[in-house]
Amino acid sequence: MKDWPETFDIAVVGGGNAALCAAITAAEAGASVLILEGAPNSYRGGNSRHTRNFRCMHKGPMFPLTDAYEEEEYLHDLMLVTKGKTDEGLARLAIRSSEECLPWMQAHGVRFQPSLSGTLSLSRTNAFFLGGGKALVNAYYNTAEDLGVKVAYEALVSHVHREGNRITYLEVEIAGRPVTVKARAFVLASGGFQADIDWLARAWGPSARNFLIRGTPYNRGVVLRDMIDQGAEQVGDPTQCHAVAIDGRAPKYDGGIVTRLDCVPFSIVLNTKGERFYNEGEDVWPKRYAIWGRLVAAQPDQVGFALIDAKSIDLFMPSVFPPVKADTIEELAEKMGLDPQAVRQTVDGFNAACRPGKFHPTELDGLATEGLDVPKTNWARPLDTPPFYGYQLRPGVTFTYLGLKVDAQAQVHGAEGPIRNLWAAGEIMAGSILGQGYLAGFGMTIGTVFGRIAGKEAAAHVA
Amino acid sequence: MSLDLSPPILSATEDARRQIEICNACRYCEGFCSVFPAMTRQKAFADGDLTQLANLCHNCRGCYYACQYTAPHEFALNIPAALAEVRVESWERLARPQTIARLFQTHGVAMAGLLVVVLALFFWALSALRPEAGAGFYAYLTHNTLVAIFAPAFVLPLALIALSVRDYWREVGGGRVRLAHVLSAFDSAARMKNLSGGHGEGCNFEKGDRFSDRRRVYHQLMMYGFLLCFASTASATLLHYGLAFEAPYSLISVPKLLGVPGGLMMVVGSAGLGWLKLRADRSLGAARVWGGEMAFVLLLGAVALTGLTLYAATGSTLVKPLLAIHLSTVMVLFLLMPFSKMVHGFYRLAALIAEAGKPAPAGERA
Repeated sequence: MKDWPETFDIAVVGGGNAALCAAITAAEAGASVLILEGAPNSYRGGNSRHTRNFRCMHKGPMFPLTDAYEEEEYLHDLMLVTKGKTDEGLARLAIRSSEECLPWMQAHGVRFQPSLSGTLSLSRTNAFFLGGGKALVNAYYNTAEDLGVKVAYEALVSHVHREGNRITYLEVEIAGRPVTVKARAFVLASGGFQADIDWLARAWGPSARNFLIRGTPYNRGVVLRDMIDQGAEQVGDPTQCHAVAIDGRAPKYDGGIVTRLDCVPFSIVLNTKGERFYNEGEDVWPKRYAIWGRLVAAQPDQVGFALIDAKSIDLFMPSVFPPVKADTIEELAEKMGLDPQAVRQTVDGFNAACRPGKFHPTELDGLATEGLDVPKTNWARPLDTPPFYGYQLRPGVTFTYLGLKVDAQAQVHGAEGPIRNLWAAGEIMAGSILGQGYLAGFGMTIGTVFGRIAGKEAAAHVA
Repeated sequence: MSLDLSPPILSATEDARRQIEICNACRYCEGFCSVFPAMTRQKAFADGDLTQLANLCHNCRGCYYACQYTAPHEFALNIPAALAEVRVESWERLARPQTIARLFQTHGVAMAGLLVVVLALFFWALSALRPEAGAGFYAYLTHNTLVAIFAPAFVLPLALIALSVRDYWREVGGGRVRLAHVLSAFDSAARMKNLSGGHGEGCNFEKGDRFSDRRRVYHQLMMYGFLLCFASTASATLLHYGLAFEAPYSLISVPKLLGVPGGLMMVVGSAGLGWLKLRADRSLGAARVWGGEMAFVLLLGAVALTGLTLYAATGSTLVKPLLAIHLSTVMVLFLLMPFSKMVHGFYRLAALIAEAGKPAPAGERA
């Protein structure tokens, strides 16, 4: 901190993709920039560490993307997942701007991998980072450092000091020491509040204490809460979070991608009473994985148990922890802490409801049960081939929807209009566009597009 | 409930298995090198699978810096170090005799000790076996004496390596070798494709999470320099026996045109690789063999440097001691082939050939 100026042109709160895009853009415009990253160096990058790709509009083939993915189709995909809960103007801005982001990302050190075969047709819509999100974060930190951007790690911003329609300084604790950070403009890119379990429990209900947090433990929403308390306009359902069903044995925080379980379509999923509760074969997994977090969250103790047999164990991506394995259904139930008789009964009922037919793991095969209250409408095969395997499922929270409302300049507003020197980017404002659901790679699109806008606008403000 | 991953004492192979199983559930790194596509072929990893992955790994470290699960994360992944440990263990296990292997892989001092012994023997030989007549360095040792000393010192270690590589092939379940597999492996080695980082900008060896091509450049200077020197010796042998054209050769001759640039390349390569090794983070490799690897790099440099110096000293009184030193370094290099980092070339090629012969990875992904 010895070489810091007394007042920076721009202070960026947060150290993930959006923060870095803002910092780099502002520094290239000539501004002196400070990044305040709450995490230590080893965990820098927020949830961007766990990302893998960038959803990108393009009118024709453009490395690494194949074919074309145009604005209307992109918007249509977004409308499907959000069920219309979006700001169409901002959504179109994000979509349109994504095309010019791809070369910008490459020019600033991000490397993509050539399109992959078998990635659920994502090679047309999503550009995959070589090495994943942490490699992207590293590249951006190096670029920022080369541009003279200062970075403070373990820098926890506790208060954004607002005077009328301006922000004047930040109260920060850097590696345990209180520091006042002065700047002429501010960019908030510090994510949502999903790592604050108390807040989740207040919003969602006490059952949220049993949720696992898939991403960084550093997104506790302190700055978001502080701004809302100071009258900043908010957007997004404050009670909701995006959760998927993940391996119940995952770490409480930061389990990331490896904790996913893709076994549900080939399983029967039971609750603690040993009963099925939802159609496991409703649709292909990429279209259903996101609802299972919510489904499991609604069960007693917020836990589910996926049971499969030897026929299906190799049909999905490997799990990070080995499944529980047993030679009989009863033994499996016992090992998983379920009532063997209840599970036996459910499995027998399910097996009796299965019908012969052609099983096809990668498409809707129509192999459905008959006569069950909770049907399974695809991939329904009896569990009859030992050894049997079981996975515990729990809701894994990916992100929260509540955020700061921004305009097309990424500017934050109070009740009286824009706060003159305050911009927001990334997850902290994503609720403006993503009101519900999720679209793979769209979080990075929002972060990159609005990070660059925020950096540009903030730099213009101080120029 | 989360799994207790606090380190129980795992063997190198067990720890590599633990790490690779986590790694295989992520697969973000698949674009970096050959290890990751190879990993996706299975869910469970037998010891031989891990041996093969370890020998495919070139320790570029790209995956370490890109990994979300490195310490202090409880998964504590360090794939480059885990595979380096398995790799070194595999070379020790497959080498014969094993005690010698362990000694020289781990201890640079042992290598230096051997050098001293061989050096003393050569000084003795140069005095005791000095011929009546001869030109150049043949004035000190006849061609036939040299052949009698070096042919077995070269062929026997190679034979031992051949046996080891055969065992390797069995262990990793290598299939029938086809020309296409061999060509593919040589292509990868010729370009050091697995040190390119997948984007052509190199690896993360000496500059942390920044990419650098230096290791690839120095390695290729060393490798091609060595091959040029080898070709130089081979051409001289042909001239000697085929055309009865004996050393010393002039600068404008095939052996010298190959050997002098080759020697210079090796010297630069050795200095570069040694320098990189000093700068690189030791905890991302097999730390316990650092000394042995460094000594090997320096030995290669010494072979080249003493060879060049010997040539430069032609006609002077320094030829005798320089000849003894040069021959000693070459002898030590030969003798230690099965027990030093030198074997990496043989195992790497075998691994690349085996990989080329395996079915294409499934490419299954969500």
